[in-house]
Amino acid sequence: MDGHGQISTGRVPRLSMEGAGAILLDVAGPTFDEACQARIWALAAQLSRRPGISETVPGMNNLMVVFDPLTVDPLAVEADMRRGWQTVVPEDTAGRTVDVPVTYGGPGGVDLAEFAAGKNMTIGDVVARHTAPLYSVAAVGAMPGFVYLSGLDPVLALPRRHVPRTAVPVGSVIVGGAQAGIMPLTAPSGWHILGHTDLPLFDPHRDPPAAFHPGDRIRFVVREIQA
Amino acid sequence: MIEILSTGAVNSVQDLGRFGYLDAGVGRSGAMDAPALEVANLMVGNPGGFAGLEIALFPFRLKFLAPTVFAITGADCPASLSGKSLPPWWTIQAAEGDVLELGLPRSDARACLAFAGGIDVPDLLGSKSTDLKSGWGGHEGRGLKRGDRLSLGETTAHRPLPPGGFGLDPLEFRPAPAAPAVAIPVRVLPSAESAAFSQEARSEFFAVAWRVSAEANRQGYRLEGPELHPSTRLELFSHGIMPGTVQVPPSGQPIIQLAEANTCGGYPKIANVIEADLWRLGQTPSGSAIRFIAVDRPQAIAALRSQRSAIVRAGAFAALVRKDKVEPGLYTGLQMARPARGGNAMQINHKGE
Repeated sequence: MDGHGQISTGRVPRLSMEGAGAILLDVAGPTFDEACQARIWALAAQLSRRPGISETVPGMNNLMVVFDPLTVDPLAVEADMRRGWQTVVPEDTAGRTVDVPVTYGGPGGVDLAEFAAGKNMTIGDVVARHTAPLYSVAAVGAMPGFVYLSGLDPVLALPRRHVPRTAVPVGSVIVGGAQAGIMPLTAPSGWHILGHTDLPLFDPHRDPPAAFHPGDRIRFVVREIQA
Repeated sequence: MIEILSTGAVNSVQDLGRFGYLDAGVGRSGAMDAPALEVANLMVGNPGGFAGLEIALFPFRLKFLAPTVFAITGADCPASLSGKSLPPWWTIQAAEGDVLELGLPRSDARACLAFAGGIDVPDLLGSKSTDLKSGWGGHEGRGLKRGDRLSLGETTAHRPLPPGGFGLDPLEFRPAPAAPAVAIPVRVLPSAESAAFSQEARSEFFAVAWRVSAEANRQGYRLEGPELHPSTRLELFSHGIMPGTVQVPPSGQPIIQLAEANTCGGYPKIANVIEADLWRLGQTPSGSAIRFIAVDRPQAIAALRSQRSAIVRAGAFAALVRKDKVEPGLYTGLQMARPARGGNAMQINHKGE
């Protein structure tokens, strides 16, 4: 097992209740850990097959498990969560890799020029650094279909806007703090808008409704850079 | 078919919620007083999870465009069918053209209406609930408007109800509504960050009466009271949260997440309202006071089990009445007493035990 795996396994999970019918397993350290997250995805998949578990919700280096406490003993679920964390084997091939075509700048990327200026970078540099990594869908949530992407080049990290926009359009390719994301719906957000994709991310009339799942990988590809 | 004659936009089609999509960011939705909707469904002979109407803004009026068996439960609000008043937790047959009117509740916040056959809107991700925040599900993804016509599902032939219908005593299911000046007790379990608050802050959390602010809707309630702060500044990663999660944002004023809560959050969690008490919050209007009571997990499960068996008893009782296997005299006629506490409803239960 590689060093990262050892470190992740070595973390003692903190378990807490979210009511009688949900348990949160938290293995987060001071910073987000990719290897740890791969174990979270694998543990979510494993526990979702356990009889009586109705939902598993991966977060960032944590996992919430939901069950009916009238039919399942919460202590048994907790024991399985602890044991599973120690023994689960992350699957390298779990997720898909999807290219997300982006039109950077222009009316769909209103913050790009200011973002680049604030970083003392050219627009081309920002786009190059944004398209370079293979991002991981660490978790999906907060709003329907919202992907928490890990893997952003730290050079591109930027605190959120002081005043959030009340309506950031669906498809906006955004950066907030050390995270990258894509707006699945038009909704309020304080993140910076670098570009826009036409790729549909969420459709409640489709099942599954979200285009991406925890463990999937995303690469942003340049469709166009607009001034 | 029913037609909405007057309504507020927060009144909506709800069932017991949307399950299985938390990991896609899709929240629960569903009735804020789920046990009341479930019992209303059972009273009209539906499975408990059929879609009905949640009424939180009054007055509300609808017209029956065909003869329909319906039930009203939840908030104790003045209700009348074409001018004849209806007791709370009552089911009755409406005739074509009858108008149902619900006035401002005497206590509580939300009334539930169930109709034989259920509200027939398309399923969206396994549920007919309206997600008002996201704008989908239910009837056209929105709250009700005047002039809306809602279809009802096919019903299997019911035996006629006793003339005047019949009722259930809500005190069989739940405590009586708190007196206006009394803080409504809400039981909670500890959460991940409970211990991050000082002993003093935790004592205060349980000691004071928290006022439900005007920012109270199906997503959650913001509370007003003393400011609570964790002993050290916490930087939490986003994590799954459930309806009932009590978060403490930097303002120090707690937020209780409810039916339309986001699926993930990042604020410290001081407690979780137990599942069996979520309906109490659904029935707590803005401006009311609540107080938190600490319980442990076995107590939370026992409370849920007792709530579930009360619903099962209600269903068994309603089925017996509808099939005329219970002495109808006791239950017919709006002027007659409903089953008293410990009366016939409980006799059925006792026979079953």
